[in-house]
Amino acid sequence: MKMKLLSRLGQSVIALLGVALLLFVMLRVIPGNPVAVLMGEHGDDAVIARMTEELGLDQPILTQFFRYIGDCLRGNFGTSYSLGKPVLQLMGDAFVNTLQLSLAAAVFAWVLGIVSGVIAAVRKNGILDHLFMGISLVGVSIPVFMTAVLLQYFIAFRLHWLPISGMAGWQSLILPAVALGWNSAGSVARLVRSTLLDILQEDYIDTARAKGRRQMGVLVFHALRNAMLPVVTMMALQFSSLLSGAVITETVFSINGIGRLAVQAISGRDVPLLQGTVLFATALVILGNLAADMLYSVLDPRIRKGG
Amino acid sequence: MRMNRQRELADQHLRRLEDGEGMVNSFRADFFRMFRANRLAAFSLLLILLMILGAALAPVLTPYAYDDMDLQRRLSPPSAEHLLGTDEGGRDILTRLLYGARVSLMIGVVPTVLSILIGALLGMLAGWYGGITDTVIMRLADIVLAFPSMLLAMLMMFALGDGIINVVLTLAMMNWASVARIVRAETLRLKNAEYIDAARTIGVSGPVMLLRHILPNCLPTLIVLFTLNVPTAILTESSLSFLGLGIQAPDASWGLMVNAGKNFLFNAPWLSVIPGLTIMVAVLAFNFLGDGLRDALDPHLKDR
Repeated sequence: MKMKLLSRLGQSVIALLGVALLLFVMLRVIPGNPVAVLMGEHGDDAVIARMTEELGLDQPILTQFFRYIGDCLRGNFGTSYSLGKPVLQLMGDAFVNTLQLSLAAAVFAWVLGIVSGVIAAVRKNGILDHLFMGISLVGVSIPVFMTAVLLQYFIAFRLHWLPISGMAGWQSLILPAVALGWNSAGSVARLVRSTLLDILQEDYIDTARAKGRRQMGVLVFHALRNAMLPVVTMMALQFSSLLSGAVITETVFSINGIGRLAVQAISGRDVPLLQGTVLFATALVILGNLAADMLYSVLDPRIRKGG
Repeated sequence: MRMNRQRELADQHLRRLEDGEGMVNSFRADFFRMFRANRLAAFSLLLILLMILGAALAPVLTPYAYDDMDLQRRLSPPSAEHLLGTDEGGRDILTRLLYGARVSLMIGVVPTVLSILIGALLGMLAGWYGGITDTVIMRLADIVLAFPSMLLAMLMMFALGDGIINVVLTLAMMNWASVARIVRAETLRLKNAEYIDAARTIGVSGPVMLLRHILPNCLPTLIVLFTLNVPTAILTESSLSFLGLGIQAPDASWGLMVNAGKNFLFNAPWLSVIPGLTIMVAVLAFNFLGDGLRDALDPHLKDR
């Protein structure tokens, strides 16, 4: 068990290093000296040369890479070209917003997904089943920006029920969270339904029924408990797509999060900021996957004892 | 009880796969059976064909050009003359939707084909040869899959620059990894089949084995993956274009139209809503078709 965890941890570290390397290589592919690009037509050659040297951009690529990794480990992600602040500080502020948004979206997705998935499974082929599964398919297919734009238009602009944008109080979090969680809710609902349908055919469910447990008890204590295993795995996978969706949601609702920061980095051709935000978000995903794996082995006695 | 059922299903599947010539027949039979049983999938296929037709016949179907400006009629709501209204430059929205379908469908199909070719090749190599080949390919796939997809796409577009070709490359590079994982698993499973043993005994070499025996048996899986990855590609392109990082004007893509419309959301919402709904319908159609094909061709994919 310990060995397995260690090797899984090793894999994560390798993946993270690989991500950093890939990022570094991709951002060095960009033609042109970033300093010259940054300064535009006003830059004079002497200043450009001095800044290039200060930023270490004249060093060999490999030296630059190892220096970058070393700096990252010490928590130094460089200074944003366009916003003039340390990347770490910018990301710290943004992370709080992104975390709030993703958590709210995840809670929305899981509650809606699990409840509608359970109802659909119990009423298999009934009206509610078809209705929920139809909605969930639409939920999976609708682009995040579409949900966001529609919610913003109808709920905030036409009905004035909730703030249009920004991040002030919990009310302003509702629309972005629903927009972001909508897709995941669809996938969670479909997964819960199909897992539950499989489980309801298991022998131990018959046993529980035979022992005289009520439908509700069987459902919650015997079926749902076991159906949660794949849902836990899915949470980790959804975390990655939540971060992807956050890029869009934060842009539409003007929330200063990691995703919006990345978009700003691109429009400002701000390499350190882009490198920092993408590395940070990917590290979060890798950590999330690792956590899900561990959670999975804690929750599933077959893995816990077998390892 | 359940284990037995699963084993039975797996056996059936293997028997079907082992039966080389029979596979082609049953493949075709499965395909047609699906359309009889699954009306939704059949309808979706029809819808997709209609979209392709609309995109191809755009110049015939509409009297306007996709960049015809009419500044007298900016932002006009749907009318008899302009069935879906006009945008901020007075361009006909239906026309742009039809021309946009060319880009959006192409962006859905071309990168998906590329990513499936790359993914299938790497997946087969990893599964068949194992060892260091397997480790290198799969760790690379891990790295690609670790990125939140949107951020990877943005990063690649930043590094490569704008333009349709770069969007295609970006989407292909993003999606090969999941294909490779599935094909690798499939190859590992097929590796133990008896007919592979048989082929090995008569001295069939590695590359021939992969192309003649493994690849054809992965085909149903690949077809299903294709149908399910096209909508993902369409969605990613539209998100990129929505952020202004994908297709650039004057080219029209559905995502770009939503992006252009979002500035007029509060006085002309149809500008964004119509292309947005079109994206949704296209994605839904591909998903329904993919689900139908999966149920018909490849039952064991269902769990993934």
